[in-house]
Amino acid sequence: MQNLTWTGTLGVYLNPLFLTALSAFFVFAVSAAARGFSRLDGRTLLNPTPPSIALLGPTAVIGLVLWLLSLTGLPPFAMLGLGNMTLSLVVCLVIGLATGFGLFQISSELIFKLVWSTFYVVLCLFLIYFIVGLFVVPETAGIVGAISKQLTPTWIALLVTFAVSIYFKRSLGLYGKLFDSPIGMIGLGLVLFWVFTALLGAGFDLIATHDPLSQVSGMKNKHPGIPLRGAEANDYPYYLFGGDTLARDVFSRAIVGSGIVIVIAPAATVFAFMIGITLGLPAGYFGGRLDTVLSFLSNMVLAFPVILLFFLLVTPEIIESGLPNYLAVILFVFPVIFIAVAQFSKNRLKPNFLTLKLPIIMIIALWLYLSLVSETDTTIALLPPLLDLFDVPSEILVVFVSVVFVNSPTVFRIVRGLTLDVKTRDYVAAAQTRGEGPWYIMLWEILPNVRGPLIVDFCLRIGYATILLGTLGFFGLGLESESPDWGTTINAGRKLLSVYLAPPLVPAFALMSLVLGLNLLADGLREESLRD
Amino acid sequence: MGMFILRRTGVMLLTAICLTFIVFIMTNLYPNLEKLAKNEGNFRMSDAEVASFLGNRGYTQGKLQNYGEWLGVLPGYVIEGIDGKTRGRCSNHGAIVEDAGRYCGVLQGDWGFSSRFKEPVSKIVAKRLALTGKLMFWVLVVMIPSALIIGIMAGMREGSRLDRALSTGAIVTTATPEYVSGVIFIAIFTSSAVGLKWFKGSATSAMENATLENFLLPVLTIALYGMGYIARMTRASMAEVMTAQYIRTARLKGVSFANIVLKHALRNALIAPFTVIMLQIPWLLNGVVIVEVLFNFKGFGWVLVQAASNNDIDLLLAVSVVGVVVVLLTQLISDIGYVFLNPRIRIT
Repeated sequence: MQNLTWTGTLGVYLNPLFLTALSAFFVFAVSAAARGFSRLDGRTLLNPTPPSIALLGPTAVIGLVLWLLSLTGLPPFAMLGLGNMTLSLVVCLVIGLATGFGLFQISSELIFKLVWSTFYVVLCLFLIYFIVGLFVVPETAGIVGAISKQLTPTWIALLVTFAVSIYFKRSLGLYGKLFDSPIGMIGLGLVLFWVFTALLGAGFDLIATHDPLSQVSGMKNKHPGIPLRGAEANDYPYYLFGGDTLARDVFSRAIVGSGIVIVIAPAATVFAFMIGITLGLPAGYFGGRLDTVLSFLSNMVLAFPVILLFFLLVTPEIIESGLPNYLAVILFVFPVIFIAVAQFSKNRLKPNFLTLKLPIIMIIALWLYLSLVSETDTTIALLPPLLDLFDVPSEILVVFVSVVFVNSPTVFRIVRGLTLDVKTRDYVAAAQTRGEGPWYIMLWEILPNVRGPLIVDFCLRIGYATILLGTLGFFGLGLESESPDWGTTINAGRKLLSVYLAPPLVPAFALMSLVLGLNLLADGLREESLRD
Repeated sequence: MGMFILRRTGVMLLTAICLTFIVFIMTNLYPNLEKLAKNEGNFRMSDAEVASFLGNRGYTQGKLQNYGEWLGVLPGYVIEGIDGKTRGRCSNHGAIVEDAGRYCGVLQGDWGFSSRFKEPVSKIVAKRLALTGKLMFWVLVVMIPSALIIGIMAGMREGSRLDRALSTGAIVTTATPEYVSGVIFIAIFTSSAVGLKWFKGSATSAMENATLENFLLPVLTIALYGMGYIARMTRASMAEVMTAQYIRTARLKGVSFANIVLKHALRNALIAPFTVIMLQIPWLLNGVVIVEVLFNFKGFGWVLVQAASNNDIDLLLAVSVVGVVVVLLTQLISDIGYVFLNPRIRIT
């Protein structure tokens, strides 16, 4: 069998079109950027910039781009090299000046229209690869089409979610408003893409083509699109992104690895928020000595270089000593306290609450807590194995604990700052006059009113937790060396990076797109929550 | 002001002592000591041999006693070991040297002896810090001006196309951690698979002789991640200043836009980014560690990784002291600088 090419037989017809559109887009984008740096014909400008200064922008941008292109030695630009770098630079700048002068004769609206239309053409052509790929065999649509076909479950889930959300967006509150901002929608799309891929790919195994850990002989260090050697009838016939140094499928590892990230990063952030809120509210509200002590502690953790902390905390020796388990016992008790206090302060006067509901909630919460922290056969075997609902593997637990530990002081500082600001408001004074207890005021008056910044920070912090997880993997800390998570895979692949690009680049781009999605989502949320 | 600096220095000392104590406890946990002993001696030592190795070198004394010795407030141990040799802390855990003092801790200027490099810690740290200083210097030279220019250009006309393009670019760079951008740079610019080969994938040669070819990629990798955040803060600050009354007055007087931005708005818009830049420096430390490992540049970050993976106690403690001092010092400078830059704020 032949190697799969990126675009298959479809590409023979589409690739020239696609490349033309793409280069047109780049040419227009560079001219628009050059043109946009300064306007001669600004509509609202009272005192326009003189032409001598206005032409500096286009000259620099176009000249430098041409010069860099001539350095790459691509055929049409190589002749600009002129055999002399300085001379070439001068010539490029002169061309830039001339083009810039020409550009100012065209209205800026026209150029931006051209940029956007070529952009949409590029996007449509790109989508054709994806959509055609859904319905044909891998040989026709190439690697891009085959990957699109493997991701069918994710596409369906994404489409359904977006369709339903846009249809009901007026009744969905802040989440619905997200669909008014393009930035927020792109961010949400990227995040949901990885959430669904993790759920359907790592959870239900609908996407991955091969087992992420199994090694197939003869598939070591192969380029993307390599046919599987000795494929059985029910095996997927290709390694779509090639094989890594241990002859495993790069594509499947990236898909299954998303499961680890998508579970740990948000969960760790939730715990960090519970801790930060439970400690930050009283520190800001009561102030005084409590505030001094807690602030000192949080500043201390923040003064610690994160990587040094990871190297100290996430080693086999420390895991052996049981320190992460003790930390887990301390850190994970905060959510229980949070739930108990929140429920008690709100409902304590309602009938049946103290005798029926609170005990039930507490028993469930405590049971979950004990199951989480208790590990069979270690120093902290608090529950008998029969009652222990789940055992978290110790290397996951230590990673989890350290990410929570690093993140919670920052959350604490944010919550404390917000509380200090909000506690002088009238509704807090009104609640105090009503005779409400301090915990009721903190959890049911102050906290709901600072939820806006906290939600935005929550999104950003999940992204940061993802980066931290990747950092841990990059240094080979915590997770096993064959774990498919992105950081570990990047670390494993970077040794042969100069020859085999796919093994580290696939997880690198995966991680980047997830974090980018979370940052864009946070931006969209901030924009939309400021609007009302 | 003097009182403020004094109080902050006091808090700084207290934090440094607490943190080094925590590092000390963690590196002196028994499994870690066992690793140290096996690295120093040989890997097939029995448990009893490990215990006597550690006992002979004073590691099994009380933690507080050991910490006091490291700090230099308690006299260094002199132990006659089970094997009959007498060893002392002040003689680098070896046979007693005549002129060794009674106290040999940080307060006496003795930072200990690295078990990984077999060199005095102070020498290693000084040498490696100088290398990292070179890296950081170029990072700051690249990062600060470009971040400020991007932020100012985005903020001077809020909501314009340029603003949207640059802000999106800034978000992309903040979403790309160093180990991702570094790997992408190496793949594009150094690999034989892409074939550009403009730069080198290793910065080892940059330690003696830094050129564009071997030093640009590591510098750019660290600078990019920090740049986005500073640019966004600058943009926010610039956008706020541009809506101020005195800018409108200047416009109505007929000052050109370039002059408004450069002479009127810029000074006030740069107060907030100053704080952000100072607070960003400790964060660069993370990037330094990642980049130094990725590009094999043997500076401070590389030493941190080496010390931590070999449980080199003295070196790790020195490294954490340096890290903590950098964090707290930049905080102090940012607070003091803020007061000087912004006359509306008074510290009491």
